[in-house]
Amino acid sequence: MRSPDPRSSTVALSQDEVAKLAQLARIDLSPEELAHLAPQLDVILEAVARVTDVATDDVAPTSHPVPMTNVFRADEVHDSLPVEEVLAMAPDREDDRFRVPRILGEEQ
Amino acid sequence: MDASTLITASATDLAAAIAGGEVSSVEVTRTHLDRIAAVDGVVHAFLSVDEEGALAQAAAVDARIAAGEQVGPLAGVPLALKDVLAQKGIPTTAGSKILEGWRPPYHATVTQRLLDAGIVILGKTNLDEFAMGSSTENSAYGPTNNPWDLTRVPGGSGGGSAAALAAFEAPLAIGTDTGGSIRQPAAFTGTVGVKPTYGGTSRYGQIALASSLDQPGPCGRTVLDTALLHEVIAGHDPKDQTSLDAPVPPVVAAARAGDVKGLRIGVVKELGGEGYAPEVEANFRATVDLLSGLGAEIVEVSCPHFEYALAAYYLILPSEASSNLARFDAMRYGLRLGDDGTRSTEQVMALSREAGFGAEVKRRIILGTYALSAGYRDAFYGSAQKVRTLVQQDFTAAFARADVLVSPTTPTAAFRLGERVDDPMAMYLNDLCTIPTNLAGNAAGSFPTGLTTDGLPIGFHVMAPHQADDRLYRVGAALERTLTDRWGGSLLDRVPVLAPTATTTEVTR
Repeated sequence: MRSPDPRSSTVALSQDEVAKLAQLARIDLSPEELAHLAPQLDVILEAVARVTDVATDDVAPTSHPVPMTNVFRADEVHDSLPVEEVLAMAPDREDDRFRVPRILGEEQ
Repeated sequence: MDASTLITASATDLAAAIAGGEVSSVEVTRTHLDRIAAVDGVVHAFLSVDEEGALAQAAAVDARIAAGEQVGPLAGVPLALKDVLAQKGIPTTAGSKILEGWRPPYHATVTQRLLDAGIVILGKTNLDEFAMGSSTENSAYGPTNNPWDLTRVPGGSGGGSAAALAAFEAPLAIGTDTGGSIRQPAAFTGTVGVKPTYGGTSRYGQIALASSLDQPGPCGRTVLDTALLHEVIAGHDPKDQTSLDAPVPPVVAAARAGDVKGLRIGVVKELGGEGYAPEVEANFRATVDLLSGLGAEIVEVSCPHFEYALAAYYLILPSEASSNLARFDAMRYGLRLGDDGTRSTEQVMALSREAGFGAEVKRRIILGTYALSAGYRDAFYGSAQKVRTLVQQDFTAAFARADVLVSPTTPTAAFRLGERVDDPMAMYLNDLCTIPTNLAGNAAGSFPTGLTTDGLPIGFHVMAPHQADDRLYRVGAALERTLTDRWGGSLLDRVPVLAPTATTTEVTR
């Protein structure tokens, strides 16, 4: 992939690199989508890389618009959602549980 | 009141007529359902209409009034709810195929507060998929058309909510604003839209796009209607960690006062000039002059880091979105494909997400995955968070000199459908003026201030400090009062008449 310093990047984001990112994001992109997406992502990355122009070491990062503190609810017993309502929208179920495909792939 | 009066009346007037027994909520609701049936085939503001539920809610309000019960100031008035907020038992899709047919087992806090206030929810409105977009063309269920010109976009992502107002399908609507998704559609449709201070309205039950930026807010055809709706949905919610435990600013009182005498209004130097349509610029300058004539003090302020806000936003948003949208993994709800016993969980996830997400969502998830990946996180995401600090500092300095800041809401009026779909950067530039507010978390609103020579609405953008949302309504109400007098009525009186047509909107029950 590119150099970690976006200011020095001149190499286009290749289709292979986009395919790798799609795999990390669990999206099975088609070859046509890869061909379409790679140049668009490249244009966007070139445009957004300018954040580094002003992001100097003396500036503290801000992750959130308001100060964040942990909020704890009272430790009291109360009803949860009914199992039937929660499972009503599940793609598949077995008894009172979500049924999922097998966890291990061919390679495991 | 006859049908045409009922659909054009303000929410405030409708509520008074319902409370006074002049008309029933059922009659008002029925009239709006008929209007949706007549015109939504060409507007496509709604993804689903809950006819049976809406009429039942209306009947309940009528019964409370008949029993002499004291009801809220908007009780019995219909509303259009953006389909990114959960409503128990009602299809909630976020404009995505991956959630097609999903019916939440709970209400969002905003939804619950609307129902508690006796507001009647007509149905769910169209949006860009997962609220990603500036045109409502990214909806998996087809675009919404702008009632002012059906060949143009209504803005995004809340194009359905704004179009429902402008097409007189609902007098009130709810939007959500991550980078301008309430304000930009308001500008494109000649309506009012406010993004409250971050934390001022609850995000519980809102399908998350970018958690540090998203905020639900009110949309209306008048400033007072919007303020009344703001008051209904705002306030502390213990279910939302980011909810502010503070009093709701006096937005209704401000909307009723509408006085800008002595108010210091800061014109942001960096939000104007090159790239802005001349008519938009001219309207903005004329509006500033108007406010000056009403007794406001005009000062120019500089926010030098705003020019980096767009870039920071398009790193922070995809980063948070790629994380938030990981929950759509085909395991507990939503679409599942390829589960035939031959594929692993991981393969089923990848197949389902490929089929369930649209192009813009995939683009942003992959961009976010890149921005957060090892070796790039500090350069991209970390730098963007530093820009956020600088933007907040710009706001702090500017608000030391001015009570509110102003700019055009958008660089241009509504553009044509399809015009920018293959040019993401051109599309993203729509949000130039609205994004800094989301990064800093302060309040902002868009108010209609005129039309282009093509007859397209232009919006005026007002930004206020944290928890000073009432100042937006002061400015908005002053403008509305003066411009309504000048125009001899509301801007929406000039929206073209929509020819009745067969509806294609899904009826849920």
